[in-house]
Amino acid sequence: MKYVNHEEVAAKTKTRLTKNTLLKGVFAAATGFGLIVLAILLYRIVTQGSDYLSFEFFTSFASRIPENSGIKAAILGSVYLMLVVAPVSMFLGVGTAIYLEEYAKRNRFTNFIKVNISNLAGVPSVVFGLLGLTIFVRYFDLGISILAAGLTMSLLILPIIIVASQEAIRAVPNELREASFAMGATRWQTILRVVLPASIPGILTGSILALSRAIGETAPLVVIGIPTILMFTPDGIMSTFTALPMQIFDWTKRPQVEFHDVAAAGIIVLMGLLIIMNSIAVFIRNKYQKRY
Amino acid sequence: MAMNEPQQISVQELIAQKSNRGLLAFTEKLIPKILFLIASVSVLTTIGIVFTLIFETVTFFTEVNILSFLTGTEWYPFANSTPAYGILPLVVGTLKITGIAILVAVPIGIATAIFLSEYASDRVRRFIKPILEVLAGVPTIVYGFFALTFVTPILRSIYPDIAIFNALSPGIVVGIMIIPMIASLSEDAMSSVPNAMRDGAYALGATKLEVAVKIVLPAALSGIVASTVLAISRAIGETMIVAVAAGSTPGFNWDVTGSIQTMTAYIVQVTTGDAGYGTTIYYSIYAVGFTLFLFTLAMNMLAQFISKRFREEY
Repeated sequence: MKYVNHEEVAAKTKTRLTKNTLLKGVFAAATGFGLIVLAILLYRIVTQGSDYLSFEFFTSFASRIPENSGIKAAILGSVYLMLVVAPVSMFLGVGTAIYLEEYAKRNRFTNFIKVNISNLAGVPSVVFGLLGLTIFVRYFDLGISILAAGLTMSLLILPIIIVASQEAIRAVPNELREASFAMGATRWQTILRVVLPASIPGILTGSILALSRAIGETAPLVVIGIPTILMFTPDGIMSTFTALPMQIFDWTKRPQVEFHDVAAAGIIVLMGLLIIMNSIAVFIRNKYQKRY
Repeated sequence: MAMNEPQQISVQELIAQKSNRGLLAFTEKLIPKILFLIASVSVLTTIGIVFTLIFETVTFFTEVNILSFLTGTEWYPFANSTPAYGILPLVVGTLKITGIAILVAVPIGIATAIFLSEYASDRVRRFIKPILEVLAGVPTIVYGFFALTFVTPILRSIYPDIAIFNALSPGIVVGIMIIPMIASLSEDAMSSVPNAMRDGAYALGATKLEVAVKIVLPAALSGIVASTVLAISRAIGETMIVAVAAGSTPGFNWDVTGSIQTMTAYIVQVTTGDAGYGTTIYYSIYAVGFTLFLFTLAMNMLAQFISKRFREEY
């Protein structure tokens, strides 16, 4: 008596294996889709924008004529913006992370702060713009200034920096803290001289990635109402300004096709900045991050 | 004499240390309080957002009937004689974009996650994951530019009836934007399924596909669903892509080939225009922003609930 019909099993196994190979191809194609889109996007932007990318592009102001348009005010505005965002967001973010990881007791309020941070990370950036417009621009009367926009952006990227710093601090093994306590160091001395030096690469990596998010963020700037055509560079944090993504937005919106090419040139500069920042972050992560 | 001298110094040192210790103790007490204040900033931010939105929305509702805002199917704030503030057209616009984005991103995102977690070798994974991170890091204004100048012309060459501003093109591009999010969060969920479960299925003669679809996918389902819900929240709140490529014509219909307007794009339209401070139009952006905030908050909380409540512990 035959218990197994070998022919039927062989036939079924064959279809099952074919299905496996077929679907593997589908999954690989889906993965490839993302890569191909990225390649097309970069190729399109480089071919469209390279004609307008010249030395003059960096040294001239925005203009009504595409050929004369440049990003002098925009790029300086973005740099000034980062000079506000970097210290403010890192001070607040790292401070919060130290509090949550080293001091906070396990109680309801701590839990509330944690839930609050993860919810804050999900708030759309345009809503942060409304917050900045109401609180910083109008209520604190900072006007449409670098400071007002910088504070808004700082709050926007705060959750990212907090979470990255928390992970970096958590990765410092407890033995190091205990060794420091055993030498008679206080809690704050331990944090300042043992925990922070050990976690600074992780904190920096996370912060640079968060800043690269901030430098490309457009929606809050639009809502705050920063101008797009400026014929001067900022002279302080209370100065009005324009920023690179804002300038790109303005050029993209224009009906003349030539301005789309100018926008593409602006995008090349913006993406270049992002690649530099990301490379620095990856470099720090690979070079200085210790594994305990 | 020679014996006494070092002792004297050590006494002095002790005194110096003691006064120092007072300062130390003071810092030790002060620092946690300062850090607590810093940590409160994130809570204050939330309170600031909620109060700003509620406060200005209430002002808006003194001028516009709340019922006609919630149920109205016409949104004509710029009409001179009879402006209409019914939010449903904006909500429908947002849902169109979100729906198209999800149709694009969920199949591709989950397929990418299956490939990376079940099929790809370590080397391939190490090559692809950073590229997906780059895709996730592209600023949304760049995606908006891409939608308007590349995707829309292609769609129009295939189907000429599509308008320059439409829902389809930004919807697809928003979908591309959230693929990395779904892929990487779903892959995390799949990677945390223990190998013992896979090995059990292999021992019974299952193929890789059967292991992926019948073992790993069900076990990681809560994580996958949570990632999708988070992605929906991102799509709802996405601003620049729709502001650039979707147009500014709010309509209460399900047509995706014509110009539409989302909640986020309306806020951009008003703030780039010249609606004065204190006008009804000015307050309307807060009412729209509040609606948007509630939508995304609900999605984020749903995602947290799903990943907490339905997580399979191994």
